[in-house]
Amino acid sequence: MNLKHLAGACALGLTSFALSAPMASAFCGFYVAKADTDLFNDASKVVLVRDDDRTVITMASDYRGEASEFAMVVPVVDIPEREQINVANPALVDHLDEYTAPRLVEYYDENPCERIMYESRMAMSAPPEPMAMEMAMEEAEDLGVTIEAEYEVGEYDILILSAEESDGLITWLNQEGYRIPDGAEDVVGAYLNRGMKFFVAKVNLERHDGSAMLRPIQVAYEDEDFMLPIRLGTVNAEGKQELFVFAITRQGRVETTNYKTVKLPSDMDVPIFVKDEFGEFYKAMFAHQTEKENGKAVFMEYAWDMSWCDPCAANPLSRSELRELGVMWLDEGGQGGPEPMPRNGFRPGPQPVDAFVTRLHVRYDGKSFPEDLNFQVTGDRENYQGRYVLRHPWRGDYGQCEEAGIYAENLVSRWDEEASSLAKLTGWELDEIKQKMADGGFSASAVGVSEPKPKRKWWQRLWGNG
Amino acid sequence: MRLFKAVNRDARHWQILALSGLFWMSLTTSDFGARPLALVAAIAGAMFAQAAGTVWANARKERRQSGSGSHWRASNIGAGFVGWFAGFQWKSALITSLSLSILLRANSLWFWLAAGLIAISAKFLIRYRGKHLFNPACIGIVVVSLIAGNAAWVSPGQWGQAPIFAAFAIGFAALVLSSAKRLDIALGFLAGFAAMLFGRALYLGDPMTIPMHQLQSGALLVFAFFMVTDPRSTPDSRIARLVFAFAVAAFAAWLGWEYHIRGAMLYALAGLALLTPILDHLLPAKRFEWTSTKGKTNEPETPRGGVRPRPYIIRA
Repeated sequence: MNLKHLAGACALGLTSFALSAPMASAFCGFYVAKADTDLFNDASKVVLVRDDDRTVITMASDYRGEASEFAMVVPVVDIPEREQINVANPALVDHLDEYTAPRLVEYYDENPCERIMYESRMAMSAPPEPMAMEMAMEEAEDLGVTIEAEYEVGEYDILILSAEESDGLITWLNQEGYRIPDGAEDVVGAYLNRGMKFFVAKVNLERHDGSAMLRPIQVAYEDEDFMLPIRLGTVNAEGKQELFVFAITRQGRVETTNYKTVKLPSDMDVPIFVKDEFGEFYKAMFAHQTEKENGKAVFMEYAWDMSWCDPCAANPLSRSELRELGVMWLDEGGQGGPEPMPRNGFRPGPQPVDAFVTRLHVRYDGKSFPEDLNFQVTGDRENYQGRYVLRHPWRGDYGQCEEAGIYAENLVSRWDEEASSLAKLTGWELDEIKQKMADGGFSASAVGVSEPKPKRKWWQRLWGNG
Repeated sequence: MRLFKAVNRDARHWQILALSGLFWMSLTTSDFGARPLALVAAIAGAMFAQAAGTVWANARKERRQSGSGSHWRASNIGAGFVGWFAGFQWKSALITSLSLSILLRANSLWFWLAAGLIAISAKFLIRYRGKHLFNPACIGIVVVSLIAGNAAWVSPGQWGQAPIFAAFAIGFAALVLSSAKRLDIALGFLAGFAAMLFGRALYLGDPMTIPMHQLQSGALLVFAFFMVTDPRSTPDSRIARLVFAFAVAAFAAWLGWEYHIRGAMLYALAGLALLTPILDHLLPAKRFEWTSTKGKTNEPETPRGGVRPRPYIIRA
């Protein structure tokens, strides 16, 4: 397979000339256990589809415990109607996750005496799986808690609560058997003072099919403010929280306006052994890069026109998948059209879609991220992806032809570069990396080059006088 | 020492140096920072407008002088090509271009060019009593981002919170302002804005880390030290300047909270531009002029009805 470069960059025209409209608001998880279960909100995944002030949020998390143990509490601006809430297929978020994941690309060196290139690919996806939750309800008007609405959606029982005081709300929740972490009062109070309501969801075991997968909850709403409340998540945090935001817009890249957005370093050649530990590599790299930014940056891992990909970690999403995720503009303005079949062997998507995805990865706690995430949609359509390259060397008789000898020498210096770029990316020890490479046969001795020869001067190469 | 003197001859030299430093920092530390080509585009737009405006102002002056037979100053136009461009303020245009490229982001270079043109044209065309109404860079950004929608935007968050950066900007800016005598408005604005943020945090029960975080923004510093301080588009008297600074701070905070506007400060400054002439009327004071130590006035004034511009020299 060849890499097909569809003229990258940002050639697409200005799709919208609306006045720069600011944006909307809603969630972000806070998973409350009823009993003393371990609960880190490991990896929440949020899909935000945004067009002007219309937003669809899809909230998924990595919870792998008892369905009965979990609840989700999310501040929301308004009281949603029943029709505004939906339960999504977890595969949707997983697909989006895979499509946008940092990827590893492999190339095979040909016999230097001939020369062609191959390439294959594999992708690394972020921690998958959906979320879980649980929660109970009861009367308790005395505590100043009002149940504004009550819905049954899929396996979830959903309540929209408003309260006069955070104490009342927390007392009520605790009374219902939820262990609300200490210190939540202030945060809950701050949201209540902003006039926000609380969206509380739990799993109704009678309607739950017992599968370990808890499906993501979706809410469609309108709000000028484009933000994601994350402060509740910092309260019960045991260590740092992991959050992935997949923002889909018509116009282009989404960035945070109150935190620095940084591109994850990309397009580096790394040693072959990374293939077997790509997960480790990705984690170490993310941790190291986060540290370099003092833990205060939001990382952009992918930004791409959703019509295609190159190389593809997964097929582009189909129109129906996008629609299910909440891409509300697809059927507007005569964009309808028949549902196309995804072709085998990716690249250009099933059909061009007017959607641009940005994948943001945040590792946060209350200290490094005191404030909720504020976003803005920009007109930047430059494609970006986290991509790491493996180059398999050609093995054979390096004395076969003159080129082969030169090739072997170059291999050695290439491996040195791969080792140091890996060290730089992940913070791993250079010596350990080199040792590991040598063990795998990626060292000077393995190709029969005694010591990396000093490079010949250009004039020596010119006349062969060296 | 000599170098210092040479730079110190004009307060704008310090501004250009400081803004160049900021431009460089944005270029090197941010993945979504300032771009050299954008600067070139902004300079092209700004310089073109500045040149056109200068010629226009000189021509008007000439007409007026020959009409009245006055020989207050030797005829510029008489000096030929050079005369047409007498008083060409490339330094001001450069400052505007730097501010534009530092603050504005867009998906096409045309937007910086347009912003430069609009900024400087507004300086020449929208005047009241010989004083331009809008801060040029500010109005350039506001107009372009209103027209362009999502295609042009301000990235307030892309500075990160490197304390070095803050110190750098403050140190340099203080130097600038000490000679342009506008430190009062910068501090007034920052104090007013901080008061709004802390007050709101107290009201909402937010921890103080939130307003602290909001204040550590590089974009805020650029705005406070290089935009709201523009001596030519802010009131002449100190009290009026402080009133103006607080008004902009309050309006900016309100726009941000109520309408979630991301570049709220710029909109606030542009929206309150009319306040300057009103305050100047209520609290008159000496007009600021960019001066060099040679004592020549630099900015070609658009002559107002019958009265010749009489520049005040602030620095002797």
